[in-house]
Amino acid sequence: MIRILTMIVALFAAPLAAQETVIVDLSQNRVAITANFAGSEIFVFGAVKRDAPLAEDIAPLDVAIVVEGPLEQTVVRKKDKTLGIWVNTQSVDIISAPSFFSVATTRPLDEILNVGDRTDFAIGLDHAVRRQANEDPGIDMQAFSEAVTRIRVNNGLYSEREGIINLTAETLFDASIQLPANLVEGDYTARIYLIRDRNIVADASVDITVRKEGLERWLYNLAHEQALLYGLLSLLVALVAGYGASEIFRLLRR
Amino acid sequence: MQIYLPIAEVSVNIFLLLGLGGLVGVLSGMFGVGGGFLMTPLLFMIGIPPAVAVATEANQIVASSFSGVLAHFKRKTVDVKMGIVLQIGGLIGATIGVWVFKYLKSIGQVELLVTISYVVFLGLIGSLMFVESLNAIRKSKKPGARPRKKRHNWIHGLPFKMRFRTSGLYISVIPPILVGLLVGILAAIMGVGGGFIMVPAMIYLLGMPTKVVVGTSLFQIIFVTAYTTLSHATQNFTVDAVLAVILLTGGVIGAQIGARIGVKLKAEQLRILLAILVLAMCGKLAMDLLLMPSELYSIGSVGGH
Repeated sequence: MIRILTMIVALFAAPLAAQETVIVDLSQNRVAITANFAGSEIFVFGAVKRDAPLAEDIAPLDVAIVVEGPLEQTVVRKKDKTLGIWVNTQSVDIISAPSFFSVATTRPLDEILNVGDRTDFAIGLDHAVRRQANEDPGIDMQAFSEAVTRIRVNNGLYSEREGIINLTAETLFDASIQLPANLVEGDYTARIYLIRDRNIVADASVDITVRKEGLERWLYNLAHEQALLYGLLSLLVALVAGYGASEIFRLLRR
Repeated sequence: MQIYLPIAEVSVNIFLLLGLGGLVGVLSGMFGVGGGFLMTPLLFMIGIPPAVAVATEANQIVASSFSGVLAHFKRKTVDVKMGIVLQIGGLIGATIGVWVFKYLKSIGQVELLVTISYVVFLGLIGSLMFVESLNAIRKSKKPGARPRKKRHNWIHGLPFKMRFRTSGLYISVIPPILVGLLVGILAAIMGVGGGFIMVPAMIYLLGMPTKVVVGTSLFQIIFVTAYTTLSHATQNFTVDAVLAVILLTGGVIGAQIGARIGVKLKAEQLRILLAILVLAMCGKLAMDLLLMPSELYSIGSVGGH
């Protein structure tokens, strides 16, 4: 859907210019969360393919990369002072917010891309949280959306970094996207946009799979599929550890 | 060294967790409290999701209490009979508490009520113990001060009397069952073992000797927290085994050290230290309610995963 829209946009945006397409690859399509996972890094690299040479007076090329985690529903609560203490008073269901959101660009976004496309394709931190259709007029929805973004920027889950894409001769580009240690598993996507004259001229999208593996996978499955067994095993481990420590200290005291 | 926790879904420093486990373990062994009232807020602070912190903490308390109670069994400072009587009340209370918790959740603001009950109970118990043990220390320093007579109050007039040899008591089973019940309710609502309520209740309400109180409290806590762990594991899937193992490794070692420190201290000193600790945590939680938080908004998940 996004791709079709983008192509339509691209056709209207640059009807006379040479047709450009983008070819992308990632350093890894699979991120394994193992016990010692402490964050990771994905290199995005690509090239621009053209069917004709560039016109002399064409606007400079810019690139934006959006790496996004699975969209989730969340609830955001706001505290207010009531009877002298701070209490959660308002809550808003955010219908759709990505668990992870990272934008990389060649230049500041507001200088290179029009607002409509930034909103439609969710390019930029201010568009990470998707607003819901039926908004309560009594509640400042904007403030709640901004709060989600602010909290997650502080957690390292959301980021926007300008100028970190290396673009060479308007043809080759690469960027590294940092994945934090508090990553959640799911199906991630990397979206790449070529931008000229404040419009998207080409795009591509690559899937990234983030999965728990090894011990992490095994424990997670056991906890959800064999909950009673998992609970009993947790208790057994606790009792054995308690007994073990007691015995070790008894031996040490002799 | 970072480690990724499979249920909490965050990466944390393993040595930080070991240290926290050890610290709380020492307190657990010294005072006979599970340490949940300290550990749970500490886990929130390092970024563990609250639901996971509460459930996993229960599992860790099972280990540290078991380790501690073994040390007390060797010194014969566990009143098993009293523990079982308290337990009967405790399990009934925990069941009522879970029900109350669900009800509070359905009307919202459960977080607030939990915090307020922490502040009220920690504040009340902390101040009572502080004043009482301060008086006890002052009296013992005065030369020629008479030891206090054993209290004889309405509790001794109740029926269904039973002999508790280890505690040196001959009292009705009604007060211990009621104490267990109350602690069970509070433990389930506040998500802790309830030792910080149980210990003073045994000293001041039941008149048990302090040395026996610690072991008996630990004995009782094992069952309450085991019950909580299983409930959370089967209903909320929030027990993180990796987090629990790291915390309890630190915790069981700490509990052994704590139990030995506890023997060396005088009963009054032990009580005043526990009182200061309880008051400090009470003050911290009260501040959270009274001061403007740096972030007014918080993100919660809808119906877990």
